[in-house]
Amino acid sequence: MVLVYINSTTGLSKAALETVTYGKKLSGDVTVITNGAASNEQLAQLGEYGASRVLVDRSVNGEDPQQLARLIAGVADQVSASTVIFSHDIYGKAVAPRLSVRMKAGLVAGAIAIPEADGSVKVNVFSGKAAGFVKVASSKQIISLLPNSIQPEKAGNACEVAEISGLAGESAITILETKKPEGNIPLPEAELVVSAGRGLKGPENWGMVEDLAEALGAATACSRPVADIGWRPHHEHVGQTGVAIRPNLYIAAGISGAIQHLAGVNGSKVIVVINTDSEAPFFKAADYGVVGDAFEVIPRLTEAVKRFKATQH
Amino acid sequence: MNILVCISKAPDTTSKIAFTNNSTQFDENGVQYIVNPYDEWYALVRALELKESIGGNVTIITVGTTADEAIIRKALAIGADEAVRIDADPKDAYFVAMQISSYAKSKGFDIVMTGKETINYNGSQVGGMIAEAMDLPFVSLATKLDASGSKLTLEREIVGGVQVVEVQTPAVISCAKGMAEQRIPNMRGIMAARTKPLTVIPAETVEDLTSYASYSMPNAKSSVKMIDPSNMDELVALLHNEAKVI
Ligand SMILES: Cc1cc2nc3c(=O)[nH]c(=O)nc-3n(C[C@H](O)[C@H](O)[C@H](O)COP(=O)(O)OP(=O)(O)OC[C@H]3O[C@@H](n4cnc5c(N)ncnc54)[C@H](O)[C@@H]3O)c2cc1C
Repeated sequence: MVLVYINSTTGLSKAALETVTYGKKLSGDVTVITNGAASNEQLAQLGEYGASRVLVDRSVNGEDPQQLARLIAGVADQVSASTVIFSHDIYGKAVAPRLSVRMKAGLVAGAIAIPEADGSVKVNVFSGKAAGFVKVASSKQIISLLPNSIQPEKAGNACEVAEISGLAGESAITILETKKPEGNIPLPEAELVVSAGRGLKGPENWGMVEDLAEALGAATACSRPVADIGWRPHHEHVGQTGVAIRPNLYIAAGISGAIQHLAGVNGSKVIVVINTDSEAPFFKAADYGVVGDAFEVIPRLTEAVKRFKATQH
Repeated sequence: MNILVCISKAPDTTSKIAFTNNSTQFDENGVQYIVNPYDEWYALVRALELKESIGGNVTIITVGTTADEAIIRKALAIGADEAVRIDADPKDAYFVAMQISSYAKSKGFDIVMTGKETINYNGSQVGGMIAEAMDLPFVSLATKLDASGSKLTLEREIVGGVQVVEVQTPAVISCAKGMAEQRIPNMRGIMAARTKPLTVIPAETVEDLTSYASYSMPNAKSSVKMIDPSNMDELVALLHNEAKVI
């Protein structure tokens, strides 16, 4: 029996569908536990991705990992789950380690594939410079799945949804304020990412990066120095000491491709590099390269994307 | 504020990553270890800033062998008051968290701080595990931390934004970028670090929950396809037809 935790406060994210799909690949009997405001009709759709039943505790806001650990451990106990699955996002990173101690279950943090034949699970190590295969020795295990590692697959029909309460206890964390810029695609989940570095010369030049991102439906990212000098917000900083991402497409303009930058992005399926310097190290990690001035190439690419989109329906 | 900062070693970011023993062991040959940047730049420096503004004591702790005393001295040189080393070669995050929580339980720390993750195993596990083992609240990925009395006010990253939260001490906090600015130790700090107290404690027996069976290196990219900068329609066509990503 597999238990999957999803956070559904803002609806059913792709990451949530990925974790349910992952659960289905491990077991024919998948229970989903969630909190938050998604309607029962919405939650019932998780059956299409393999859930046998969905349990929801609407009294829990999902922001206190201690409360969530009590809730999830309680449900795991009730349904005799031997495996608990999370998304390796901000919720999974906060709750899965707590649950690991509470259930004395080995934690595979950041899985990028379904388990191998010998039961070990592949994860990125050294910030994506290598992969490791983790073996769990305990009888129970917890796996947190790196977003965008597998694709959601439909495998069934809508399922039953039951409301539960009483397992989570009080929250110790008071939320004073939530600031969420509208319309942004969260970077870790984005399938397409447009990123730029110091080669863009200044924050006033990011309009063309945003235009390209908008034309593609992509998220924006940047190199570390760009975030450090305040041209872009910190949450856009990708790399070894920033966010590690693995989108389908990563377009890097005016970024040299330092080893610490590559570490966070070399899990991307396809990399496009735009740089004036044909010797820039990034070209060695690229699938497609354009030697040219970003100030000319980016707007040209944006126009080409718009022309292409106009032919698609 | 009585603050405990957990620090870990990590290979220098320019280290060449390789494995030996039939790909079952990290090849430490020629690898320089540093203090894990998240632990040093954010957790430790913010702990020192809090101490400087409201008073208190900053202890650093690491689970490691005598070889790790170099990173301990570095953290002391930056300004920590004292250090604890739990004498073991750590096997997994659970082992580390059990050692640290068992030490910290009776010491009355107001805040236990960790970096958001290490740059070698990237697990983001130790902070949450310590919090659970000590039955304390846990605020993860904090980018700002202020203290007043027993109340901590924090900002933390959430999906697509930030959140301001409040929690009572004692609490466990994992620290991300934004918390503080990197500090370079000065000569006085380096001299002082030599005589600051370092307590070595034997490790407790803890069973391993996980291990690495083996490692692998990513497949090398086939060579890059160059596109004429004046022909972006070609790039778009390749991304659609060949790479199939748009
Ligand atoms: C411990 C440590 C951790 C680090 N972690 C990270 C990390 O997580 N992420 C990260 O990104 N970096 C990280 N770094 C920094 C990293 O080493 C590099 O310094 C950084 O990535 C360089 O950023 P950049 O490519 O934007 O700038 P630069 O290296 O200055 O490169 C700018 C590039 O733009 C090109 N260019 C200039 N003008 C144009 C133009 N008009 N059109 C097109 N191209 C142009 C140049 O040819 C050059 O290649 C870390 C460093 C250390 C020591």
